[in-house]
Amino acid sequence: MPKQKATWKETNIAGLVFEPGSSAEYHTGTWRTLRPVHDMEHCTHCMLCWVYCPDSSIIVEDGRWMAFDYDHCKGCGICASVCPAKVKVHEHTGKEGKVIQMVLEQD
Amino acid sequence: MVVSTKMALDGAHAAARAMQQINPDVLAAYPITPQTAIVQTFSQYVADGEVDTEFIAVESEHAAMSACVGAAAAGGRVMTATAANGLALMWEIVYIAASMRLPIVMAVVNRALSAPLNIHCDHSDSMGAREAGWIQLYSETAQEAYDNLIQAVRIAEHPDLLLPVMVMQDGFITGHGLERMEVLEDSAVRDFIGTYKAKYSLLDIDHPITFGAWDMYDYYFEHKRQQTDAMSKAMKVIVDVGEEFGKISGRSYGIFDAYAMDDAELAIIVLSSTAGTARTSVKELRAEGVKIGLLKPRVFRPFPAQEFVDALKGVKAVAVLDRSISFGAMDGAGPLFLEVCAALFAAGLKTKVVNYIYGLGGRDIFPQHFAQVASDLQDITATGKVKSLVSYLGLRE
Ligand code: SF4
Ligand code: SF4
Repeated sequence: MPKQKATWKETNIAGLVFEPGSSAEYHTGTWRTLRPVHDMEHCTHCMLCWVYCPDSSIIVEDGRWMAFDYDHCKGCGICASVCPAKVKVHEHTGKEGKVIQMVLEQD
Repeated sequence: MVVSTKMALDGAHAAARAMQQINPDVLAAYPITPQTAIVQTFSQYVADGEVDTEFIAVESEHAAMSACVGAAAAGGRVMTATAANGLALMWEIVYIAASMRLPIVMAVVNRALSAPLNIHCDHSDSMGAREAGWIQLYSETAQEAYDNLIQAVRIAEHPDLLLPVMVMQDGFITGHGLERMEVLEDSAVRDFIGTYKAKYSLLDIDHPITFGAWDMYDYYFEHKRQQTDAMSKAMKVIVDVGEEFGKISGRSYGIFDAYAMDDAELAIIVLSSTAGTARTSVKELRAEGVKIGLLKPRVFRPFPAQEFVDALKGVKAVAVLDRSISFGAMDGAGPLFLEVCAALFAAGLKTKVVNYIYGLGGRDIFPQHFAQVASDLQDITATGKVKSLVSYLGLRE
């Protein structure tokens, strides 16, 4: 990888990338306008959000939901759409709805 | 020692012969008139075992250039050929080949773009691709088409460049016109081009690499700057390779072919096969005492701006002939004219320059047209006035 912010003389020819898997270093989460928030108490750990997330941004350990990877989550809302578990009062939003809900990124 | 065989070949067969001697790793192509004779002849070489090339018969030109990009990214020496609408169909990938810095060599047999449908020569196809990032060499004859293709391999693969090269010849006029020419020995061609070892290869599994990755506003600009820097280094490489080619063939190549330019007060600039007619006309005009010369550029991309300025110093009036229109440009001028004007203006030269559009869709051009051009240039120098910036030769007015 070239150092961050290489000049045109330093950067790799034609944008070639010499390190496998280096796209993880690219923080696509900076584009997000909506942010998913999660209610751990009511999560059933069904892993549907993990299956559907297009950016592998649901972090799971030992079969249990752990966190969002906000460095790479682009805020598409698919996880919130597929989540089957309901809450009366969401831990973050206070609203009735699903375990994953979307809020404005700046809030 | 130069060892060559005299043969009667048309431009398309001459190009196919060059490709056979180059013996590329991969050739992916789709037939299109008037280029078909190139890939048809080459595929015969493949069938007869005269080359080691992997020939990929694809379903379109878009696929042809895509296959070329893949094969070149894999580290192969790669060639293709096309014309007109085939080149247009390749469009997206033509740019990608250059931006990915893949030294692909493509023979283009110039043909008018549709519509209306026409299979004959003009330069609308390759001129349309002039901003794509390819080096462009234009050939007057079958001999030049053959020689340019061989040199193109060396130019494209030069480590300072890594840019694809298009080698043009005029459809039917050169492509299908039989000509006596010299073919080098296979070994001479192979020694000249050497073997190609790509610096980066998708097949190098010990050094995994990503080609054509996502490139955002934080790096795309830098990569474009690199690309234009490579193009700016191309002229020197083209000249060096042209000189070296002279040693194995007896035919050295530069940026221009200049005829009767030394004391010329008037000049005609024209690309490719029309230069032949122009040369004959200039010879006749010289016999009548007209101080006129001919400048035939061989290189259009990169554009030899400084070289034009140097070549045209002392010339009072210049006629640039274009075999295509840059629709919507100043007065509907042609691309060669516009670039010559820009070069002279930037250098502060006040030379009068006029443009003639000619030969669209294969319309013939004759010596009397050049006589008319010369007479217009004489009027301009006598009166100091340009009556018409852009005129048409051989058009029914
Ligand atoms: S919002 Fe989209 S990207 Fe982010 S975690 Fe949910 S599914 Fe994945
Ligand atoms: S889909 Fe909903 S319930 Fe299932 S693991 Fe994800 S957040 Fe928990």
